[in-house]
Amino acid sequence: MGFNPCVNIRKEWDIVGARQLGREHAKELGFGTVDQARIATAISELARNIYLYAGTGKVCFEIINQLDKKGLKIIAVDKGPGIRDISQVMQDGYSTSGGLGAGLPGVKRLMDHFEIRSDSGEGTEIEAIKWVR
Amino acid sequence: MRIPILKLHNYLLISIQIDLDDQTAIQFQEDLLNKIHKSGATGVVIDLTSVDIIDSFIAKVLGDVVTMSDLMGAKVVLTGIQPAVAMTLIELGIHLQDVQTALDLEQGLIKLRQELEG
Repeated sequence: MGFNPCVNIRKEWDIVGARQLGREHAKELGFGTVDQARIATAISELARNIYLYAGTGKVCFEIINQLDKKGLKIIAVDKGPGIRDISQVMQDGYSTSGGLGAGLPGVKRLMDHFEIRSDSGEGTEIEAIKWVR
Repeated sequence: MRIPILKLHNYLLISIQIDLDDQTAIQFQEDLLNKIHKSGATGVVIDLTSVDIIDSFIAKVLGDVVTMSDLMGAKVVLTGIQPAVAMTLIELGIHLQDVQTALDLEQGLIKLRQELEG
């Protein structure tokens, strides 16, 4: 199976496309069903944030192969309005869209590594890694 | 895409067998409430056996439809939530506390009957 590194997020259906592709990559890498669900859910949250707040962007995948471990890296990038206060969006229950506010803090809990870079007006880049156990 | 809603006596049965996108989920919410209104159903079972991902949006739609149905006088039971889905939901921070659940469709119907017929 070929490795498709990125999914463009332009319409709502792309959220489903991104998480399905992510789950396939996770399966091929040898993740168990629970981790596959964690990864697919994390991708779904990240892709929805792009769609809701930036309109367009992309979700990319990278396989990390290190001597002692391998993992899947998800990179979600958009050129949207950015996040003014990152500590605020990382709080459980904070939402500007009427959602549950579970998105980003949830993604952080589902994944092993989580990094967010954002500047107001410059867009947002989020990197999340799950290691194969 | 529309999710089929089946009527069985005064219950409605739904088995979600597709990867839910946001639009389909919202359409389902509306369809179910209309069907409750038209059929006068008093109980609803939504079976999630084939659903392998529930993210925060889908969870919100499901939680909302339970509350909305309750407002209309119909009790909803969610059934068949997979282990991986249950774990993911809790890690996401979603507890769906006021939602009735059961292991499978059969248990869901038993639960409804107990609740509705006392």
